[in-house]
Amino acid sequence: MFYRENGQFKTSYVADQQIFPIAQDRLAILLLLAVAFVATPLLASDYTFRAILIPFLIMSLAALGVNVLVGYCGQISLGSGAFMAVGAYGAYNFFVRVPDMPLIPALILGGLCATFFGILFGLPSLRVKGLYLAVATLAAQFFSDWMFLRIKWLTHDSPSGSVSVSSLQVFGLPIDSAQSKYWFCLAILVVMALLAKNLVRGAIGREWMAIRDMDVAAAVIGIRPMYAKLSAFAVSSFIIGVAGALWAFVHLGSWEPAAFSVEVSFRLLFMVIIGGLGSIMGAFFGAAFIVVLPILLNQFLPALFGVFGVEISTADVSHAELMIFGGLIVWFLIVEPHGLAKLWSTAKQKLRVWPFPY
Amino acid sequence: MAFFLETLLGGLMAGMLYSLVALGFVLIFKASGVFNFAQGAMVLFAALAMARFAEWIPGWTGIDNPIVANIAAFVIAGAVMFVVAWLIERLVLRHLVNQEAATLLMATLGITYFMEGLGQTLFGSDIYKIDVGMPKDPIFVLESMFEGGILVNKEDVIAAAIAAALVAALSLFFQKTSTGRALRAVADDHQAAQSIGIPLNRIWVIVWCVAGVVALVSGMIWGSKLGVQFSLTTVALRALPVVILGGLTSVPGAIIGGLIIGAGEKLSEVFLGPYVGGGIEIWFAYVLALLFLLVRPQGLFGEKIIDRV
Amino acid sequence: MKLSKLVIAAAVVAAGTTSLATGAFAQAKEQFFPLLSYRTGPYAPNGTPWANGKQDYLKMINARDGGINGVKLTFEECETGYATDRGVECYERLKSRPGVTLFDPQSTGITFALTEKAPADKMPLITLGYGLSVSQDGMAFKWNFPLMGSYWTGADILIQHIGKSLGGVDKLKGKKIALVYHDSPFGKEPIPLLQERSKMHGFDLQLLPVTAPGVEQKATWLQVRQSRPDYVLLWGWGVMNSTALKEAQATGYPRDKMYGVWWAGAEPDAKDVGDGAKGYHALALNSSSQQPKVIQEILKHVHAKGQGTGPKDEVGSVLYTRGVIIQMLGVEAVRRAQERFGKGKVMTSEQVRWGLENLALDQKRLDALGFTDVMRPLSTSCADHMGSTWARVHTWDGKKWNMSSDWYQADEQIIKPMVKTGADKYLADKKMSRRPAGDCQS
Repeated sequence: MFYRENGQFKTSYVADQQIFPIAQDRLAILLLLAVAFVATPLLASDYTFRAILIPFLIMSLAALGVNVLVGYCGQISLGSGAFMAVGAYGAYNFFVRVPDMPLIPALILGGLCATFFGILFGLPSLRVKGLYLAVATLAAQFFSDWMFLRIKWLTHDSPSGSVSVSSLQVFGLPIDSAQSKYWFCLAILVVMALLAKNLVRGAIGREWMAIRDMDVAAAVIGIRPMYAKLSAFAVSSFIIGVAGALWAFVHLGSWEPAAFSVEVSFRLLFMVIIGGLGSIMGAFFGAAFIVVLPILLNQFLPALFGVFGVEISTADVSHAELMIFGGLIVWFLIVEPHGLAKLWSTAKQKLRVWPFPY
Repeated sequence: MAFFLETLLGGLMAGMLYSLVALGFVLIFKASGVFNFAQGAMVLFAALAMARFAEWIPGWTGIDNPIVANIAAFVIAGAVMFVVAWLIERLVLRHLVNQEAATLLMATLGITYFMEGLGQTLFGSDIYKIDVGMPKDPIFVLESMFEGGILVNKEDVIAAAIAAALVAALSLFFQKTSTGRALRAVADDHQAAQSIGIPLNRIWVIVWCVAGVVALVSGMIWGSKLGVQFSLTTVALRALPVVILGGLTSVPGAIIGGLIIGAGEKLSEVFLGPYVGGGIEIWFAYVLALLFLLVRPQGLFGEKIIDRV
Repeated sequence: MKLSKLVIAAAVVAAGTTSLATGAFAQAKEQFFPLLSYRTGPYAPNGTPWANGKQDYLKMINARDGGINGVKLTFEECETGYATDRGVECYERLKSRPGVTLFDPQSTGITFALTEKAPADKMPLITLGYGLSVSQDGMAFKWNFPLMGSYWTGADILIQHIGKSLGGVDKLKGKKIALVYHDSPFGKEPIPLLQERSKMHGFDLQLLPVTAPGVEQKATWLQVRQSRPDYVLLWGWGVMNSTALKEAQATGYPRDKMYGVWWAGAEPDAKDVGDGAKGYHALALNSSSQQPKVIQEILKHVHAKGQGTGPKDEVGSVLYTRGVIIQMLGVEAVRRAQERFGKGKVMTSEQVRWGLENLALDQKRLDALGFTDVMRPLSTSCADHMGSTWARVHTWDGKKWNMSSDWYQADEQIIKPMVKTGADKYLADKKMSRRPAGDCQS
């Protein structure tokens, strides 16, 4: 009943190959974009922007990049934090050293730095597989941690190793208020999500999925593993690098290498797995879960205990958060190992045929 | 020359300590195919349990003798780890049979967070002491050959001896007992083992219990060296290169890998480090493991990965 | 079955509405102190007594004085775990509470991030003994207050003390000093000053970074053993300190040749090592005993009534007392602001900033507040946001810290030019300029 699809006939290949072939889906996405671009800035408070929406947008972008590598190409990578760091510092160097460098080219160049770094540390994937590769990518993580602490040139000779950027602007419009930051991140996210979706629907995406499913068979039918794996690393690190640059420039403003530690890598991998491997939408679900849950718990738990008249210290709230976080992750994986995206697509499938059961 | 030997010895000792932690990883992967990222949290949990019980037992029972208190704490902490192992198998693993490696990895990461939170809630987040009477001062050997002698850390030597004994015991367990044989059968092929009547769930509980005891021993040793605090979980990250270098499924691999990584780490930090400003230990260990993997993608002693099409 | 579900649902709804409602019914009749802290994670052993000290002092002021001139004090703790992004989230959440006064980030990393945001939000930051060393320059950093010292003054005093113990700083020539530091902005801050001093006096400076959190230091101390420096300066935080002392013991480096910064000289760092750390010296910004009057007041008004935030035997320890001092300076800043902007009224954060900039705590005032022998007089000004650089050295005797030196002051001849150059560079990078002289009256 919700998805009355009768009468929706495709009369051209272009129409058939749309990302959203069902008219109701197109309407829903337009509504969502309208809410995101127009309604939210009017209704949300400053705190909601700075603490929830902006981190959510940037982390979704990063999760998107990780999903390309882990979900579509099947290479488990624990080095995503390093790629974010390289993107951030790369963008910083271009921004600060080249006079009058506009913001968006700086971000893109930062992404390209992350691409080279990603290809370099993606080379082991040609020989090493599975869990061994996961641990090997930690080499990228720890190397990047060290690199930005030790090589002064990369942090513009800052004595403490901490760097900062300020007075960001795009085409003369300053990006300093929470709303402008939100719009900037949202615009970049929409553009890159569209690019990523089209990539994974195309030939290269199918090559990645073939490598993921059975790389020996893929090689047999003519897909070159080196090209496919390294391109996955390249595209993924580019997206993650741009996300890292956004995280540093827009969200933090001033950062040190510890802002991109191995914890970030784990969080990104969580987002992708809880959201759903191999799905663009899964990146958004996972990012929402991981970004919003700690804040919700932080505000909610003291109130919950207050109802029972128990005063709880911040340390205990923190520990309870950890426990609930871990417990929820395990629960989700048991209930739906394919992630929130699978729950969503099951729900949508049911909606499409409702009121019939199948 | 003396300094080189000192560094080498120190590195080998440190490597043995890493291999203690790596053993936990290997045991669980061998028997259930799960890469247990929660090993670090288990080490912390076990160490916290032992440290706190050793503190609390004299208060509860009036036993003043520290040796008795320590032994009692060890036993109780061991029992706690058994309970933890049983709970993990019951609540988590049983429901995730046959899932992909990435899903199981993430489940163990979820368990990590849970145990970190639970451990700190039950036992606190201060630094706690484990005092098992390990000597803290160094000894100097071969003073006749080298001026000043070579520094040997007594605590490390004892820890290395304990690690070696543990490995020997585990090897005997795997080779000689029927449970050990059952474990090896399960490691080979879950379905085949089940079809000949080996109870998978019980085997998994046993394996996680053994891994829990290994975590307790490594927690005791590391806790004695460093003090028991949340940052003990980072030791697991130092032990990961050992695991992949030696091979995920090999117990002797954990030892040999530990020795190589430990020595490589310390030698690189002391001799290469000053040229690049220092602090290269951690990534050097990973890069070293990576280089070995490029030559042997399954680790030095790991099972060859056979892909069937 | 149904009843328990109903109960759970009711609790959830109640909690949900309470958490929403507490935001709505905020009081503007009280002065609010946000307390960023970390009671979890690798730095918890040191962060916890600090946070307890801050809370206990606020509770004491409420209980004993009824607030500041009748304005009651409220506070809320927010757990940062020493992580920059969580610190930023806590800041964003608490900065718009009515009656908010100032922030003490308790972390150099978070300080760097908040320094960017503070001017726009008009929020003063107290960074007592940590943070940006160049923020001492009040004309460049309007909103930062590195009260009582920074890493540069601390390193300077250590060099002075070592020089004095040798019979004069000229005796430092040819000596070797190693800096074992936490590989982060916190640990790297003192390096420029130490390099400057090493050029001046001719000693050899060896830099030994320890990767955070500093759990494995064997290689570092093997290097120390090889190069055999005359002195080791320890610049660590959290677990790194006790590990360093243990490794020093394990490699046989004499602990009495080790000097730690004031963040590496507290009970959690040495208690675990016990006798193995005997002889270890560290900078002491403040005293550490239960004798001072203010500590006695806290015991009387807060702990005796069962309101203590932490355990009673922690009261008066090094970091606890430092927390008390930080909170006292915040409270005194509000009091000073009230003198100008209206006694008995709730101060805004900009007014509190003025108060911080015009603190004048002479010995008489410190005695009245109960801080005799705890710290030295402090007075801030528009150009000087540090107020005082006095510090001593204390030594661990196996069980507790004992003061082992006179009060030192940092050598402004060396530090002031460095601060000015650093501040100028910071402003140039950000394309900002110094405050005009007239700004000091606001």
